[in-house]
Amino acid sequence: MTLRDVVGPYFGTFGGRFVPESLIAALDELDAAYQAARVDPAFAAELAELHRTYTGRPSIITEAPRFAEHAGGARILLKREDLNHTGSHKINNVLGQALLAKRLGKTRLIAETGAGQHGVASATAAALFGMECVVYMGAVDTERQALNVARMKLLGAEVVAVQTGSRTLKDAINDAMRDWVANVENTHYLLGTVAGPHPFPTMVRDFHSVIGTESREQVLALTGRLPDAVAACVGGGSNAMGIFHAFLDDESVRLVGLEAAGDGVDTPHHAATISRGRPGVLHGARSLMLQDEDGQTMESHSISAGLDYPGVGPEHAWLSDIGRAEYRGVTDAEAMSALRLLSRTEGIIPAIETAHALHGALELGKELGPEGIILVSLSGRGDKDMETAARYFRLLDGEGDAPAGSAS
Amino acid sequence: MSSVEQTISTRRDAGSGALIAYLPIGFPTLDESVEAAIAVVENGVDILELGLPYSDPVMDGAAIQKATQTALQNGFRLRDAFTAVERVRAAVDAPVLVMTYWNPVMQYGVDRFAADLKNAGGAGLITPDLIPDEASEWMSASEAHDLDRVFLAAPSSSDVRMRQAVEASRGFVYAVSTMGITGARSDVDAAARGVVSRLRDAGCTSTCVGLGISTAEQVRDVLSYADGAIVGSRLVAALSEGGVPEVARVAADLASGTR
Ligand SMILES: Cc1ncc(COP(=O)(O)O)c(C=O)c1O
Repeated sequence: MTLRDVVGPYFGTFGGRFVPESLIAALDELDAAYQAARVDPAFAAELAELHRTYTGRPSIITEAPRFAEHAGGARILLKREDLNHTGSHKINNVLGQALLAKRLGKTRLIAETGAGQHGVASATAAALFGMECVVYMGAVDTERQALNVARMKLLGAEVVAVQTGSRTLKDAINDAMRDWVANVENTHYLLGTVAGPHPFPTMVRDFHSVIGTESREQVLALTGRLPDAVAACVGGGSNAMGIFHAFLDDESVRLVGLEAAGDGVDTPHHAATISRGRPGVLHGARSLMLQDEDGQTMESHSISAGLDYPGVGPEHAWLSDIGRAEYRGVTDAEAMSALRLLSRTEGIIPAIETAHALHGALELGKELGPEGIILVSLSGRGDKDMETAARYFRLLDGEGDAPAGSAS
Repeated sequence: MSSVEQTISTRRDAGSGALIAYLPIGFPTLDESVEAAIAVVENGVDILELGLPYSDPVMDGAAIQKATQTALQNGFRLRDAFTAVERVRAAVDAPVLVMTYWNPVMQYGVDRFAADLKNAGGAGLITPDLIPDEASEWMSASEAHDLDRVFLAAPSSSDVRMRQAVEASRGFVYAVSTMGITGARSDVDAAARGVVSRLRDAGCTSTCVGLGISTAEQVRDVLSYADGAIVGSRLVAALSEGGVPEVARVAADLASGTR
């Protein structure tokens, strides 16, 4: 069996369904609907048509030569998920699940969100399909991603600022699960990453696998060969699984996930779940997670709300375990510097999440040398992060950041 | 027959059923949580369900979340659970089950947890986010250490899953009264009756209803068709509001529903 054929519920010793019994029927129902949709050409056609006429797929790849000068001269190719409608890869999964929800006769979508990108995509799909939408978002995140809160509200969604626990993404997921348990009859929980109980990790991965399928062809067409490495940032891990999946059985291709190292993986302030976590159960699956000795989930820290999560999808835990993918930490400072570099060398402002992958590409390029080809998942655009970036680089207080030309 | 089943069957033979009280360990302090547990037993509670504070309690509503979060902020450690069980058991004879989310048990080591719980005098575990399908390690550890394992059955559970819960459980099957999380409700769902009757059809001889029960009237009503009634949020609220005396008073009132 090839690695691409693994469909859960278990990925090695990871995965499963660690949820209250009340949710099992809903998960079974979802799994059955998904299995049916998976082999139904009408479903595939409907989703593909939506992606063509609404998302804007296929997304292009862009070569980044001026950026690559800082990466030892290796060729760097960007898979432009930032150009999708709503500005990130998240819409791929959202439209797939929203179509499924429609098939299941659900009229209400609920979602958790960290950076707000998944919430915006969910609110968008709800508007498109005429469904009710409630988005759970940690109160810490509603503050640092205020622009996305406004977007969701404008799209007609209700945004619940979650005040429990650490008031970030993990608590938003808890509240979404509590809502789902109580309202499962008319409600679909549109989980936004490759975490959670089966079938979410498999289903979300499949809906994002279009990223890898398209870009594998695009890289072959452009360069005549497969890339040496594929780099993607990892929060829960959905854009990374999406771009990795097509390459899982291409042994020559290194798969590199970049986690948020915050102040550094050796400090208490990071979100490097695979680098520093231990196996445990969180949000319905056995995977790696940041936890204390007693198994209490620890708070993660990252400048990027979308990577600020103490868990990770079970398939990543497994790919790390078997050595098929490697995972590295990127600090806040490294990510912000890569964000500025891409902006100034290529005229593309990436999301802070994505900037972690870009820093990873810079390092990989130096390791691979000028012959190297690196495909990067440009998972989202930076508009939502302008406030954070402006504050970080002091762009609005008159002192300003160093002018163009000094990018390094 | 386990001590929990023994207690339930004694109460059933007396023409009623068991009153089961949920209280979180370490809330408001470790000492007071032990005192509260002892006090409710002295006021008519038959079986204790002591909750282990956990950072991500997805089955719990606001009242219990707040209490367990306080316990964690006060520095609750897993080992305190065994101390608490031991202290309660030294004072009263009621069986003590521990209600815990799965990750803390997994991190402590399933077999080690079972051994330490048994040594402390605990009767077994209620596991809200562990379904029998994922429980093989716990099945063997509970067998090895002669502990009860309480799995849940919900209104949405299929007949096959009802049977599975009955076969996997020991002590009783936890009949979830409603599609939702913990918290007092003005009416205990009619769904509870359905869950119990479907569990009976699946061969269940011991089932207790939980979620939403907060009055003596509801206890009486539930005990007319189930073997036990589980009260949580109401007691936690009483403990928050008026400390041990108030939780004792509310327990006595609830216990009037068993007569
Ligand atoms: C642009 C972008 N990239 C990446 C992520 C991280 O999610 P995942 O690891 O599931 O791709 C997010 C999450 O909000 C995001 O908005």
